[in-house]
Amino acid sequence: MFDTALTLNDFIFLAKGAGMTIFVTVISVALGTVLGIVFGVIRYQLGPVWSAPLMFVLDIFRSIPLLIQLVLAYAFLGTVLRLGLSGLSVACMVLTLYTSAYCAEIVRGGIEAVPLTLRRAARSLGMSWGQDMRHIVMPLATRVALPSWIGLALGVMKDSALVYVVQVTELLKSTQILITRLQEPLLLLTICGAFYFLISFPVARFGGYLERRWSND
Amino acid sequence: MIEIENVRKSFGPLEVLKGIDLTVANGEVLTVIGGSGSGKSTLLTCINGLEPIQAGKITVDGTEVHARSTDLNKLRQKIGIVFQQWNAFPHLTVQENVMLAPRKVKGIPKAEAAEIAVKQLSHVGLGDKLDVYPSRLSGGQQQRMAIARALAMSPDYMLFDEVTSALDPQLVGEVLDTLRLLASEGMTMICVTHEMKFAREVSDRVAFFHQGVMAEIAPPDELFGAPKDPNLQQFLAATH
Repeated sequence: MFDTALTLNDFIFLAKGAGMTIFVTVISVALGTVLGIVFGVIRYQLGPVWSAPLMFVLDIFRSIPLLIQLVLAYAFLGTVLRLGLSGLSVACMVLTLYTSAYCAEIVRGGIEAVPLTLRRAARSLGMSWGQDMRHIVMPLATRVALPSWIGLALGVMKDSALVYVVQVTELLKSTQILITRLQEPLLLLTICGAFYFLISFPVARFGGYLERRWSND
Repeated sequence: MIEIENVRKSFGPLEVLKGIDLTVANGEVLTVIGGSGSGKSTLLTCINGLEPIQAGKITVDGTEVHARSTDLNKLRQKIGIVFQQWNAFPHLTVQENVMLAPRKVKGIPKAEAAEIAVKQLSHVGLGDKLDVYPSRLSGGQQQRMAIARALAMSPDYMLFDEVTSALDPQLVGEVLDTLRLLASEGMTMICVTHEMKFAREVSDRVAFFHQGVMAEIAPPDELFGAPKDPNLQQFLAATH
């Protein structure tokens, strides 16, 4: 059928790269979402004027290409501040802030979608601001924000391919290393793409499942 | 007892309450009638502190509602309010809607809160809808659920803000029946309403609001039978 020099060890090497991609993505999306919720709530509570400084900073993370952010952060934290951080730490930090910048807007949009009359009803039952946030606003905002959030998480997963510039060997970098050695780009890129698909697919399906379940309420 | 003294309330430059004086005794059923924009609904949201006031004083059982030292979350536990829009929490079942505040605000254990919910929902005729989501209920059922939700906090006072105005005509009756039931049980109630027949029937006193002023207050027979205020006369003529 077809002939390939790809060995089981090479395949395991790719799988390890995929593992790194998953690791970087999970850390960044988890921490970025927590930060994004904090930023989003602050943005909503303070209103557009008072939250302008925060939004300016977040806009920086959204406007500058991730590749440049990674290189600059690595150079600044490592060479200038001499913090001795690994490339992996820098990659996670940059991706976390990048995720939080997008997530903040998703969260704000979700909160704004909760009718004020509903929150009034909650407060009139004696619930505090925090109780209203936790039991009424967040569950309802989550339903609104979920599709955008899934999109963000999958986007970050694919963007994480760029962390090779700070010496992190994730899925795409592993593939490139093998391509250089084996000279079989089509096969290797197909396998690489299949890995990305295998990582994304369950996440997208799980999102769809939650959406369907919640729409039955 | 709810005591309202010379209360003034503005939204920006628009003054909607121009010095209201009113006392509601325990066990009393007061209905408030008047045209839209007369300030009657605003008064209710001031009583439970959802809206600030610019002058005057509202005290509930001796606690000044708008004083800085007042814990509004605590005060609101004894003042239930039901709005024109029923505001069901869409992500919770009917029973969970009613259980939420008793559990989280009062810290009542889950099993006990569930019992309270069953009792209050049966009270308003929704005992068979416990596990249903609000979107499956009619407007009248959702409004009765909102009443049960407020009652589950065992309030001493209930405020009703045009609770039948957003309902289809054929659903108004079931909600008014619930209010009648509460009145007959001795609940202290202030009902803002457009249902004149209902006001006449359940009230101890009826107040007529006109352009931010309480133009007349009297027992229903007197207010409907021999209205003194010319604006009230006009209002009653127009609603008949």
